Amino acid sequence: MLILWKFLRDIPALIGLFIVFFAVVIAIIGPWIVPHPGDIVASHLLQRLKPPSAPFPFGTDNLGRDIFSRVILGTRGALEVALAVVAIAATIGIPLGLIAGYTTGLLSEAIMRVTDVFLSLPQLVLALALAQLLRPSLETAMLALALTYWPFFTRLVFAETRRLRASLFVDALQGIGASAGRIVFAHILPNAISPIIVRATIGLGFTILVAAVLGFLGVGAAPPQPDWGLTISESRNYLPDAWWYATFPGLAILVTVLGFNLLGDGLRDLVDPRLRRSR
Amino acid sequence: MTDPILEVRGLRLSIGGDEGIAKILDHIDFTVERGRILGIVGESGCGKSTIIRAIIGILPAGARIKAGTIRFDGEDVLSLDERALNTRIRGSCIGFIPQDPYLALNPVFKVGTQLLEILRWHAPDDGLGHRGRDRRHRERILALLRRVQLPEPEAALERYPHQFSGGQRQRLVIAAALATSPPLVIADEPTTALDVTTQQQILWLLRDLAEEFGLSMLFVTHDLGVVAQLCDDLCVIYAGQTAESGKTADVLAEPRHPYTKALLACHPDRAETFTGIPGNVPSPLRPSAGCRFAPRCNQARDLCDRRAPHLSVAPGGRRVDCVMYDQPTAVAT
Repeated sequence: MLILWKFLRDIPALIGLFIVFFAVVIAIIGPWIVPHPGDIVASHLLQRLKPPSAPFPFGTDNLGRDIFSRVILGTRGALEVALAVVAIAATIGIPLGLIAGYTTGLLSEAIMRVTDVFLSLPQLVLALALAQLLRPSLETAMLALALTYWPFFTRLVFAETRRLRASLFVDALQGIGASAGRIVFAHILPNAISPIIVRATIGLGFTILVAAVLGFLGVGAAPPQPDWGLTISESRNYLPDAWWYATFPGLAILVTVLGFNLLGDGLRDLVDPRLRRSR
Repeated sequence: MTDPILEVRGLRLSIGGDEGIAKILDHIDFTVERGRILGIVGESGCGKSTIIRAIIGILPAGARIKAGTIRFDGEDVLSLDERALNTRIRGSCIGFIPQDPYLALNPVFKVGTQLLEILRWHAPDDGLGHRGRDRRHRERILALLRRVQLPEPEAALERYPHQFSGGQRQRLVIAAALATSPPLVIADEPTTALDVTTQQQILWLLRDLAEEFGLSMLFVTHDLGVVAQLCDDLCVIYAGQTAESGKTADVLAEPRHPYTKALLACHPDRAETFTGIPGNVPSPLRPSAGCRFAPRCNQARDLCDRRAPHLSVAPGGRRVDCVMYDQPTAVAT
């Protein structure tokens, strides 16, 4: 209850929560509320590049599609990519961190050094390389993002596990006959779950941003998907006259990423009050 | 005497670290008789906790047992693998009460969940099905919590560890150690973190429980006063070596080892003037081959540095590791 009260008084975190909640709702009900649901694939060349107006609040693009509809329809894709990437990264990273943190010696060292190697891979370069090796698609981009994001989970969980392993309740559990697997997964993991949630929340925002960059570079989503990054990329030829073409998808990225980051920061303040945000 | 429940003979243990190999234990030797309470007394850093860890096999990384045997109920514990230790020894046969009750419970789970979990691992499948077994376990835990005099045991199961006071948490930890009715309970300074009045209550509780359940107990402490109240037998440890063992009353009444004498002389209740022991505990990195107390001993002889540690039987069934009590033939004059 105290935690909830503290969170409710944290205005930026509440704004973040509101944005994230809003984005999730939009993602779920988007296809039913947009004015022009057919505009994922349809084109209406007679009304191309119209500035914002009542029928087209965000204007239209070079194929005459309603940008408002496409921004809303793009929300689902952006969140799906982010969730999938973070889920895959957590699935790889958390067990490795637990194992490396709980064991000592060669196995632990091996896991952590491999983690360091993956940490040193630049995310965009790996994504571009993978796109070359396989074929440029959303799946390739997600694979590349997951491959570069799991080390963050491993390092975090490793540090938490090392700290908790030395705690007395782990000794007590060992002394009372709990197996290593039970101690690690049933007792240490639940103790480390709060920082993992914080890291995952911030990771969601980060992944949306990088996924948009990959879309912009043409190695993520492919036309005619209403991807935000891709839309900005397509708008380049029509700038600065058709300013609305790039502005509204860009704002969608900005607001969503900001929401996840504010929420993540707020959660981190709750979990670890020592890391107060400077105001 | 009948065969003892726990027998530690000539235990030597080293821990490798950055500064070299620390010879933490050198010839630890004691016996816990059935139905009796043995107190192990020593200063901080003398290896008390390491002894316990060696018995239940949770030594820190880098620790190696160089010599000696640990027999529980006649079985060599050191030869068992991790799996056998978990299923047959830890918890089920040896209950463990760790040092600090504030930290001994997992902070994120309800107390009831944690206590029931212990019974669930160790309970044999009796064909009653999950529901019947869970209800029986719950009954058993409630009975135990009532026995350790925890107020409102029903409500306690639904609370988290931080919602209890230190004394209450120690009662919970004792209940956890007794949940599987182990014949031997090992307690690592269970009263050190508590205030004096709570300490007293916990000691009485342990004493009563030991009598009621016919428990054997190994009780580690630095407090001679606690030993005098609780323990039938006493074993004094100095810097990883057994100094002296015997019945508590005998040892306290007539200490034989110079260290025991010096320790008793330091106790505020006994000492007329506060004396202390000159010098410091030696580093385990470069210990002498002989008696580690020799540098601080006021009766040290040349032989002390060379004599390999071993216990001699002194008058009165006592066992003392000191050159003064060696057989007359062994003493070079």
